Amino acid sequence: MGKLFSKENQEVFSNPLNLNNPVVVQVLGICSALAVTSQLKPAIVMGLSVTVITAFSNLIISLLRKTIPNRIRIIVQLVVVAALVTIVSMILKAYVYDVSVMLSVYVGLIITNCILMGRLEAFAMQNGPWESFLDGIGNGIGYAIILVVVGFVRELLGAGSILGFKVLPQAVYDAGYMNNGMMTMPAMALILLGCVIWAHRAYNDEKK
Amino acid sequence: MNALRNYLDKIKPNFEEGGKLHAFRSVFDGFETFLFVPNTTAKSGVHVHDAIDSKRIMSFVVIALIPALLFGMYNVGYQNALAGGGDMTDHVGMFLFGFLAVLPKILVSYIVGLGIEFVVAQWKNEEIQEGYLVSGIIIPLIIPVTTPLWILALAVAFSVIFAKEIFGGTGMNIFNVALVARAFLFFSYPGCLTGDSVWVESSSIFGLGYDLADGATCATPLGIAAANGAQSASLTIDSITGLIPGCIGETSVIAIALGGLLLLWTGVASWKTMFSVFVGGALTAILFNNFGAADNAVAQLPWYQHITLGGFCFGAVFMATDPVTSARTETGKYFYGFFIGVIAIVVRVLNPGYPEGMMLAILFMNVFAALIDYYVVQSNINKRANRAKLK
Repeated sequence: MGKLFSKENQEVFSNPLNLNNPVVVQVLGICSALAVTSQLKPAIVMGLSVTVITAFSNLIISLLRKTIPNRIRIIVQLVVVAALVTIVSMILKAYVYDVSVMLSVYVGLIITNCILMGRLEAFAMQNGPWESFLDGIGNGIGYAIILVVVGFVRELLGAGSILGFKVLPQAVYDAGYMNNGMMTMPAMALILLGCVIWAHRAYNDEKK
Repeated sequence: MNALRNYLDKIKPNFEEGGKLHAFRSVFDGFETFLFVPNTTAKSGVHVHDAIDSKRIMSFVVIALIPALLFGMYNVGYQNALAGGGDMTDHVGMFLFGFLAVLPKILVSYIVGLGIEFVVAQWKNEEIQEGYLVSGIIIPLIIPVTTPLWILALAVAFSVIFAKEIFGGTGMNIFNVALVARAFLFFSYPGCLTGDSVWVESSSIFGLGYDLADGATCATPLGIAAANGAQSASLTIDSITGLIPGCIGETSVIAIALGGLLLLWTGVASWKTMFSVFVGGALTAILFNNFGAADNAVAQLPWYQHITLGGFCFGAVFMATDPVTSARTETGKYFYGFFIGVIAIVVRVLNPGYPEGMMLAILFMNVFAALIDYYVVQSNINKRANRAKLK
């Protein structure tokens, strides 16, 4: 048990959450981060899907890593990811149909998400299954956190609601407040993401 | 003048290192150099010296904007009186009403914009940059008079931070700051910037002007043309004098022309950019007149109306010629201006959602300005290389 949660393994899990975050430090997976965050709910579902897929594809590839011929490793990784994405996509359609409609093609596009291929190539091909699994969960959650932050701000300012519930009272609107239409557009998501990166770097630079 | 100089010299020690008002040194410095040309010069490197510095250039642009501003104020009162069925001969009353309606916008724009500039200058230990002097007066001129002040403040803050400061401040911005503020308003709060009900101030101020019933609407000529193509002959005359609904400063061709002449005479704006915007717009309009769809009313608008209506003139004179965001090579200015004119008319005609295309055209060409410069410089290099090879 002690070995499973050794200091190295804890770092493998916690690094992607902050200092090596896939979105704000490596700047990967931006396309989907802009596309699915106009509301909080699809952002959460997308974050969870990516977490599950990264974790299990890391695990499977790590188990297979010694048997995969080097020359066709990318295609093998793609097959594994595609299979997992198909499963997740079907589960979403079965249980949360409205969200899967909102996410539209972006669930399918997880196959091409750079975070996945990056983790498979950089981590799962060299490390054992347990470490790879932790790394996958860490990166997925690191991605999900940023999506949730951006989705929260966009839904709050763009629609005045959180998870579909109106949080701004009518009195605020009567006083002349208006929802910001640009928040619902991907352009503003990019600017918000830039702000998150800005705050993150400023905070970490100060700590150093 | 001497008394002012002496006074400034007297209070100056307070703002220097160790003085009790040191925290406000950037404000003092900004104010002092605004009033007097600083007599310090660069000591090293190669510099091209000119008689005027950038604060003086900015002042010229602000002076050039004054006719459009004053006329815009009058027109705000005029449109209000027209819609309220009031006394159309009370010119002073109409101007006063417009003045009171426009003044808060100018104040908000300057306070928010210069406030951010001040904080950034203090934080980065730099001088206050003067670029906002011009943007601060252009922004109130390119919005409808009914825009709520808090939305204006938000747009100003957004554009100063995201279009200017993060690129490195005045002179480093890729996009025209005033237009970014307008684009932010346009996409964030489309209800405040487009439609038929935003162009006339509908409540009286201090007893001046007329209270209009809710839903008093008044479309801009371009909006009317886009909606049903109804055009009257007097429209051209009115759109030249500027007594039409529209954004505060954009309606009067005459007032803008006065400012434009000052800019050209002082050499602040490039005639190449300005001229080619009009050429591009006129040629595209003529093209659409001849080959555009017959059922598209905006395509059938004659070229002189296209140029006089909407923000075309204001954009061509004051925004396209912005020396920071336009192309810098002399040949490049022709291309830059020409394509602004072309794109503005294309957006107007082909996109029924946007009756006005000038803002999008200028922002779009801001992106390409550097590319145009690159090709102009490169072609010159190639030309010279070829010449060197022949010999």
